[in-house]
Amino acid sequence: MIIRILGEGQYDLPDTEIDQLNELDAELQAAVDDGDDARFTTALGNLLTAVRQAGDPVPDDVLAASDLVLPADGTDLTEVAELLTDEGLIPG
Amino acid sequence: MSFTRRLAQLFQMKANKALDRAEDPREVMDYSYERQLEMLTKVRRGVADVATSRKRMELQLNQLNQSADKLQAQAAQAVGIGRDDLAREALTRRAAVQAQIQDVEAQHEQLQAEEDKLNLAAQRLQTRVEAFRTRKETIKATYTAAEAQTRIGEAVSGISEEMGDVGLAMQRAEDKTAQMQARAGALDELLASGALEDATRPAAGRDDIQAALDAAHGGADVDRQLAALKAHAVSAGTPPAALSQHAEARPDQGGQS
Repeated sequence: MIIRILGEGQYDLPDTEIDQLNELDAELQAAVDDGDDARFTTALGNLLTAVRQAGDPVPDDVLAASDLVLPADGTDLTEVAELLTDEGLIPG
Repeated sequence: MSFTRRLAQLFQMKANKALDRAEDPREVMDYSYERQLEMLTKVRRGVADVATSRKRMELQLNQLNQSADKLQAQAAQAVGIGRDDLAREALTRRAAVQAQIQDVEAQHEQLQAEEDKLNLAAQRLQTRVEAFRTRKETIKATYTAAEAQTRIGEAVSGISEEMGDVGLAMQRAEDKTAQMQARAGALDELLASGALEDATRPAAGRDDIQAALDAAHGGADVDRQLAALKAHAVSAGTPPAALSQHAEARPDQGGQS
């Protein structure tokens, strides 16, 4: 599974990690649904740490789309909302 | 669906649209490659813009540090001639300058971090664009349009996501730079107004503290010169009354001008 952390790059994670990641991802989603900024910050921090620890950086010369895209460290809920509008994502 | 998955799909949308539109998917690769080269140019320009802002801040820091040093020297000079009031004023202004220095240093650090991140992103994009070009040539040489479809999809999706990420990083850096340029502009005005004792500009070089210190020094000099003149006049035989009258008239003239 390939996961991108915005501003940081892509990580390749083994399938054995997927359950744990799904849990952390669900917790992050719950924080978004509740609009709870503090909980979001914690959940995002946990998810980013897990991805960096369990994943191997995808080499720069590999071209692959990601299964998940995570906001950069320190992103808040307002910025997430902007990312999720179509205009939030620029070129491509 | 979690928003992280949705985000991944949003990144793919534009790539997919382009692929769906094209009659021959191989055309999409050429079009995408052109966009990639444009993006690379933009990112490099972005890095240069951030660096310009950073350097401007470094110039301001130099100016502020010079002001702080000058005010420190003035305070010492004032204490030396027994003018504690002037020393206090100089030290008060120095504290204000120090606060500005801390503020600009913090901003400088942030900008440096943005510049580093953008530089890394530019390098990563450069490598991927190069990989894409190689892949593009291979696919064109090896596969028919129908066979190439999947492979092209992978390559275009991968690079498209990378460009989206770099684009976001650039937007963030531009926003930060714009904010800081506004603040740097305000600080330049403040420095130009002399409120922060811009010691580096000749026009503002003679500020009021310096003027007061010079006056205190100058007053002592005038007294010394006057005494010397009087002594000279006495020894030359000129009536001392005429000279002292002349000397008394001077402060009135000074007050009128």
